[in-house]
Amino acid sequence: MTSLTDPHKPAFRLSQLIYDTRYRSMTIQVVAMILLLTAFGWLINNTVENLGALGKDFDFSFLGSRAGYDINQMLIEYDNSMTHGRAALVGILNTLLVAFLGCITATIIGVFVGVLRLSKNWIVSRLMAVYVEGFRNVPLLLWIILIYAVMSESMPRPNDFRGEDPSASMILGDSVAITNRGIYIPRIGFSNSLSGNEAVAPIEGATPLATGAIDWILVFGALALSVIAVRYVRKKATITQEATGVRPTTWYWQIAILVIPVLIVSLFLGLTFSSPYLKGFNFTEGTHLRNSLIALWIALSLYTGAFIAEIVRSGILSVSKGQSEAAFALGLRPSWTMNLVILPQALRVIIPPLISQFLNLTKNSSLAIAVGYMDVRATLGGITINQTGRELEGMLLLGLFYLALSLLISSLMNVYNNSKKLKER
Amino acid sequence: MKKTVFFGAVTVAGLAAGLASAATLDDVKARGTLNCGVTTGLAGFAAPNAEGVWEGFDVDLCRAVAAAVLGDPMAVNFVPTTGQTRFTALASGEIDMLSRVTTWTYSRDTDLSFEFAGVNYYDGQGFMVPRALGVSSAKELDGATVCIQTGTTTELNLADFFRNNNISYEPVPVETNAEGQQQYLAGACDVYTTDASGLAATRGTFENPADHVVLPEIISKEPLGPVVRHGDNEWGDIVRWTLNALVAAEELGVTSENVAELAAAPTDNPEINRLLGTESELGAMMGLDADWAVRAISAAGNYGEMFETNIGESTPIGLARGLNAQWTEGGLQYSPPFR
Repeated sequence: MTSLTDPHKPAFRLSQLIYDTRYRSMTIQVVAMILLLTAFGWLINNTVENLGALGKDFDFSFLGSRAGYDINQMLIEYDNSMTHGRAALVGILNTLLVAFLGCITATIIGVFVGVLRLSKNWIVSRLMAVYVEGFRNVPLLLWIILIYAVMSESMPRPNDFRGEDPSASMILGDSVAITNRGIYIPRIGFSNSLSGNEAVAPIEGATPLATGAIDWILVFGALALSVIAVRYVRKKATITQEATGVRPTTWYWQIAILVIPVLIVSLFLGLTFSSPYLKGFNFTEGTHLRNSLIALWIALSLYTGAFIAEIVRSGILSVSKGQSEAAFALGLRPSWTMNLVILPQALRVIIPPLISQFLNLTKNSSLAIAVGYMDVRATLGGITINQTGRELEGMLLLGLFYLALSLLISSLMNVYNNSKKLKER
Repeated sequence: MKKTVFFGAVTVAGLAAGLASAATLDDVKARGTLNCGVTTGLAGFAAPNAEGVWEGFDVDLCRAVAAAVLGDPMAVNFVPTTGQTRFTALASGEIDMLSRVTTWTYSRDTDLSFEFAGVNYYDGQGFMVPRALGVSSAKELDGATVCIQTGTTTELNLADFFRNNNISYEPVPVETNAEGQQQYLAGACDVYTTDASGLAATRGTFENPADHVVLPEIISKEPLGPVVRHGDNEWGDIVRWTLNALVAAEELGVTSENVAELAAAPTDNPEINRLLGTESELGAMMGLDADWAVRAISAAGNYGEMFETNIGESTPIGLARGLNAQWTEGGLQYSPPFR
């Protein structure tokens, strides 16, 4: 018997690393990895060396020291004796506020314009095309500055509202003042506030008012419960419709359920509107929407809205024409066809690019620098860095914040996307 | 693989060698121009004229340093910086010196690792309001809207002032003086606050300067001066002593007109001789030639001449010497002796 010997195994040669396809990809990856690590190592080393050369250390303790500067728009309590960390938080909330408002209005504008751009009415569709092309093709910064300049240059000064025969007057029954420092709208207060805030009477003889978190939680809690109740009513109507073929009329129930509980809670808390009025240099009481917020909000909404309009249009066009023809053949009205047949299918195409528009809007809000809106870039990334000289730490924190916010937005939108996308089974 | 390791080692060694940077003086000489950080535009201190040439009190200091180091007062590359970008520009090496109405404070000197090379203007923060408002004191400004350049010491002084007087205000942050001026004139803010010299300079450019008043309160000390990076003492010395030479020249009566004559031959005054390099070699001690001060003074005149031509009482800005007079005339401008 001859014993079978293993086939001759060639010795491993170095050249195989390049010429042998079994090893080549591995070689390339190892080399790329080494280059990448070298580049990172150089960057870090460079930073450390340069910080050393400048005699600086890497330290985040500045966040706990006294800020010393004031911020005009505060969503939480803040004054100049609080810390840089608190100032950064005020800025973060301002960024979130303008991003949130912007995303909502941009979506509304985008959906309307996107649908109208497909209108058969020539004038409407052309007008929408002009809007989309106009806003999409001009830098956002210009729009922000333009709106800001229009607000501060052409609106009346608070002083113009004064005197026997003022050259400017408040609108909507003396409740809203549009000035070159922003728009003052009535403030909502509660005369029976539960939050323990001291109630203050704005003018002598007026009802004392206060606003607190607890009051708002109660009001919105009532609203949330009403919404759940309305959904229940609708579901029941659908069940009845499926059983009998006739949908019971429930709209008055729905309205009553939505309005009455909120109304009762508000009355119980003593909801009052206090209008702004002139005192000293400015309007007081009322809520002050500053020029910077308005300019940033409008410009971000209109600019991003133009992109969203195109996304919506492409989404609608992606739905096959047969779908709407089938809907019409079934006798559905055009509005129902849009809401029940086309938009739900279009959403699958619309949502993914919509996510990146929301991210763009959020990051573009850092253009607040142009109009002095006190967002996180202006507080943490601007004044704090300047007063403490912690550029590296501040910019890292700022980058981290925007990264975290973007990831949060895209993960939330991905959850929504997963609920809408085509279910493949 | 061995080759990769070898190349890696070579790369690392090469990068490490590149890190050891040369001194600022050598950089400036090799480049042939001085990178000088100035404001984005503040009439009288630093602003481009109709031909686009930078002019002003701070600009002249840059020119004097360029003349001393490079021999050419025009060999300056002006980098406009805002209140927020100036320190980053200096720390990163984008500019060699900052001559931008910058207040000398403890934390900027120590924590921010900069070096103030003297004071070229003793200033204080003031308030400007339209005359029509009828305000006569800053303490009457409760509830006012105040335009303020963000990232400056004035921002902190303002917060402290209103806090100490227990009155409220609404800050409107602006990025540059031009933006502040536009907001103030549009009435988007009632008050504009910055250094009193800056207020005078800004008011000087208004159509009707008389319609605006600068309130009497000066709420802070603002010693403004040129800044260099910490750690390059030789370069810091050059900037510091160029400024001192300009101040000393005024004290000694050396002007841009007579400097050439005085430098031609030794005079009877040994201090002038030392300053102008006709006696002993002071210039060589900081790596320059003997004529450095002559060139610096010829560039834009001595301290007094610079003051008068740019911001003095004969200009639209119309600032009095006040604290900035020579120490011999009751001011604070005082140069250590040249010896």
